[in-house]
Amino acid sequence: MSGLALNNVTKEFGTFTAVNNVELTVPHGTFVCMLGPSGCGKTTLLRMIAGLDLPTGGAIRLDGEDITHVPTHKRNLGMVFQSLALFPHLTVGENIAYPLRIRGVPKEDQKKRVDELLSMIHLSGYADRPVAKLSGGQRQRVAIARALSISPKLFLLDEPLSALDAKLREAMQVELRQLQQKLGITTIVVTHDQREAMTMADTVVVMKGGEIRQAASPIEIYRRPADTFVADFIGSTNLLEAEADSTGGVTVLGQPVSGVSLGGGVRKATLSIRPEDVHLTAPGNGALSGTVTFVRDLGGTIETFVDIAGRQLVAVSTPRARPDVTVGQPVGVVLLPDVCVVLAK
Amino acid sequence: MRREAPQKLSDYGPLFFPAMMLIVFFVVPFATMIAVSFFQRQQGGFYVPAFQFANYERFLSLFFANVLGFSLMLAVTVAICCVLLAVPFTYLLTRMTRKVQIVWLVALLSVLSLSEVIIGFAWSTLFSRTAGITNLLVMAGIMSEAKALLPSFGAVLTGMVYQAFPYTVLVLYPALVRLDPTLTEAARTLGASPIKAFFTVVVPALRNTITATLIMVFIFALGSYLLPQLLGRPQHWTLSVLITDQAIYQSNMPFAAAMAVFLVLVTLGLVALTVLAGRKGEAA
Repeated sequence: MSGLALNNVTKEFGTFTAVNNVELTVPHGTFVCMLGPSGCGKTTLLRMIAGLDLPTGGAIRLDGEDITHVPTHKRNLGMVFQSLALFPHLTVGENIAYPLRIRGVPKEDQKKRVDELLSMIHLSGYADRPVAKLSGGQRQRVAIARALSISPKLFLLDEPLSALDAKLREAMQVELRQLQQKLGITTIVVTHDQREAMTMADTVVVMKGGEIRQAASPIEIYRRPADTFVADFIGSTNLLEAEADSTGGVTVLGQPVSGVSLGGGVRKATLSIRPEDVHLTAPGNGALSGTVTFVRDLGGTIETFVDIAGRQLVAVSTPRARPDVTVGQPVGVVLLPDVCVVLAK
Repeated sequence: MRREAPQKLSDYGPLFFPAMMLIVFFVVPFATMIAVSFFQRQQGGFYVPAFQFANYERFLSLFFANVLGFSLMLAVTVAICCVLLAVPFTYLLTRMTRKVQIVWLVALLSVLSLSEVIIGFAWSTLFSRTAGITNLLVMAGIMSEAKALLPSFGAVLTGMVYQAFPYTVLVLYPALVRLDPTLTEAARTLGASPIKAFFTVVVPALRNTITATLIMVFIFALGSYLLPQLLGRPQHWTLSVLITDQAIYQSNMPFAAAMAVFLVLVTLGLVALTVLAGRKGEAA
């Protein structure tokens, strides 16, 4: 199979299990974002793919070949570190040429490739500058070009954009995605920024406690989260406890609702509903009844906070669909079955 | 932080204390020595003020040129040996756990507490025929009979490297600890084996530190006068030995001062050359 495959990959540091039995297939040419809170094992997993850490169990295969114990320098990969790790004693051009020099590529071919890469990252003519003289964004691009100079089989990035300011980061996300699509290179990015993952990835892998909670396309992760952690971690959501009685009638927060089913045999579950899917109407008519506690008008969006039996729920709407509510007013909340995700307890 | 140039006299206040210290403990003694180097020696064992070049003229002989050459060669060899040993050693040390690092650093510091005399006698015992390390080799069956390894150039070199090694490690340690460990990791992901990564990334990134360390050990070794006498033959004696000999045993202060001044000038010249070469290498 062409691409990267992780089989039961495990990493233990003493008694602590950093990565636990991870199964993942990354088809050739896809862009994967590993997302999770700090300490979830995503960086350890990336370092094992790079060969900088050795797994204590399981196997890593690249294009069908077992590379679990192949030393890093023989894996032919490109990696961008969080610190960028540009070599301070080398110029921009020498940094980019480093992987070629190590492999004994002739000088003139090195120069050609460096010029090619510099024009790709829009830094033509910067070859002779010392890296210390570059701006944050430029250093970022040089690190990317250096990792790509041998056209690696695998392109790994560890929190590559975290040092940049918000505006530049957003621009670089788009640029990185476009570059990856142009080159068709298998890419794995570790990030804790869900916006970054949503922007760039074909597949988002959400991790927690050393385990993969869900691996799916960004929109599926958003629309169909596998559990409450994923639902809460990706975007913001309202999590509501629901109970079903023996006849299948569902109550949410103690109030009966119609049209929602928890599935056969399930008595207790959590409903996840995105704030933009919450519809506010007049009280009654089978809707949950609550009280408006606060309205946050941000201009572009309006957030309405509704208190239902002591639980706070947030509804987001656009100015066009501005709900006609004031603080303290009773309000009805409609749960549309097709936007409610039922999550097992 | 304030960046403008000092305006008033009081702005120079912070400089006063270090300047006084430098004048009292460096400028005055050094100036005295330069002055004495031009004085006339009195046969009775003292000297009278004069201005003559006789002391320097006497120095310009083949014998002293040889001694000077040997002293410089020995100091350079010691510096190179120390750096060659200490750079990989310190690099590996900084990659170890904190506990191991502390144990090693304490051990090195305890070597520093040994005086040159103790180091000299310890090594002369270790290199001796009756109680030396060759006896261990004989016991292990590697050598057929124990022999004395001193006096010899190798013994002098070993003793001096042993003495300077802790200093070298302590000077290199801060720079190596600060070196970003992801630099080596990056080199490895880019296709360099650990050894290649060490020589293409760690060593060049530490160029200035290594140069500075070489100069420090060189100057440190130049001042050594006990170890060459304890472990070497007279032809292994350094200029420092001759200076001590003239100053203390021959009571010829002016000549000793002249030799010391000359040694300082040659040393400064060599250091300046090294720094210049380093700058040129950087610009290229």
